[in-house]
Amino acid sequence: MRINISRQKLKNPLVKKIQELSGQNLLACYQCGKCSAGCPSISQMDLLPNQVIRYAQLGFTDELINSKTIWVCASCMTCNVRCPKGINIAEIMEALRQILLRQRKEHVDLNKLSHEQLCELPPIALVSNFRKSSS
Amino acid sequence: MKLSYYPGCTLKNHAKNFEDSTLCSLKQLGIGVEELPRWNCCGTVFSLTTDDLIHHIAPVRNLIRAKEQNADKLFTLCAMCYNTLKRSNQRVKDNSEDLEKINDFMYREEINYQGDVQVLHLLEILQNEIKFENIAKKINKSLGGLNVASYYGCMLVRPQDIGFDDMENPSSMDDLMSTLGAQPVEFPYKTECCGAYQTVDNQDIVAERTFQILSSAQSRGAEVVAVSCPLCAFNLDQRQKKTEQNYPEFKHIPVLYFTQLLALALGCPKKSLRLDLHHIDPKPILKEKGLI
Repeated sequence: MRINISRQKLKNPLVKKIQELSGQNLLACYQCGKCSAGCPSISQMDLLPNQVIRYAQLGFTDELINSKTIWVCASCMTCNVRCPKGINIAEIMEALRQILLRQRKEHVDLNKLSHEQLCELPPIALVSNFRKSSS
Repeated sequence: MKLSYYPGCTLKNHAKNFEDSTLCSLKQLGIGVEELPRWNCCGTVFSLTTDDLIHHIAPVRNLIRAKEQNADKLFTLCAMCYNTLKRSNQRVKDNSEDLEKINDFMYREEINYQGDVQVLHLLEILQNEIKFENIAKKINKSLGGLNVASYYGCMLVRPQDIGFDDMENPSSMDDLMSTLGAQPVEFPYKTECCGAYQTVDNQDIVAERTFQILSSAQSRGAEVVAVSCPLCAFNLDQRQKKTEQNYPEFKHIPVLYFTQLLALALGCPKKSLRLDLHHIDPKPILKEKGLI
């Protein structure tokens, strides 16, 4: 795959927003891949966690906010505790979700859940899902 | 000893077996429990963005309720409540500006919170305050070699400064199971995420995780799996239905709260175990072992 890196992309204001919301320094990542090696969700991801950081470093934010990965991550914190550079990858995923949710781009709609689902699911599942996937 | 207790949303309905078995066990151990009056939902997940202070209000308000009871310690059963309350507490303790803003927001509260309530999980209290050797003295019915795989999940052990056990290889629940006479089963998926809240909109991911976690425990000889979180319990127990559909080779295994096994060993009446609240019925294996 051919990737064009440009100064314009590197100065993408969303990169700054990701860093602000996550409180993380994206450039600290040296792409060791330990986050992706330990992530239990990679089978459902279109971008690996280390790729998310690399894309963010290079300003490829469209690819990030349209990725499945940010919604597949459930903040289990395995990547965070194993990163040798102390980067909180789960916070970067959260920042990307928040960028969308703050524009009211919901990932889950309560109204679309069936009556059976609402009866079956415990409150802990519903509350945490809405906290993570809706605004 | 008297402990202040924060139940959280699911302990009063789907996880009534977790609450009832705990309250009975603590009574047998001679520990008084006082449920926090006027508790509210903790929010279930800790807010990870730097500017999202509003979601720390709910956890901190519960800590104010503990202060109102003159309690300096608060315990939870739910691993998610434990993580959320403890992390929000840590955040305001480490950041006086955040604490001031949160206190200002809740100006009608009589207590100006200072970050001085300690949040504990029941397992931590059993291990460090009551101590397993004292529990051993009160055992009424040894769990007689029942093979138990203890599943810790994420929120009890991560991040490191929040967990009370080793984050890669925790052992507190296994040690409790040994104390109760059960045979702990070591398995590599004991801290692997169950898929958590994705159970609402992505059952396949939860089925995949349930398959991996439970098959791994079974391959090491587990007869039941013990858990400490109502969401893990739902995913590992109720989602076995979906797991079976997606993975025909999958075999059922009962999932119990560690406190149900504790209550059983301490001789609590059967009604406090609420064994009717399970998808995969644990009664056959417990009967086979002569435990019920």
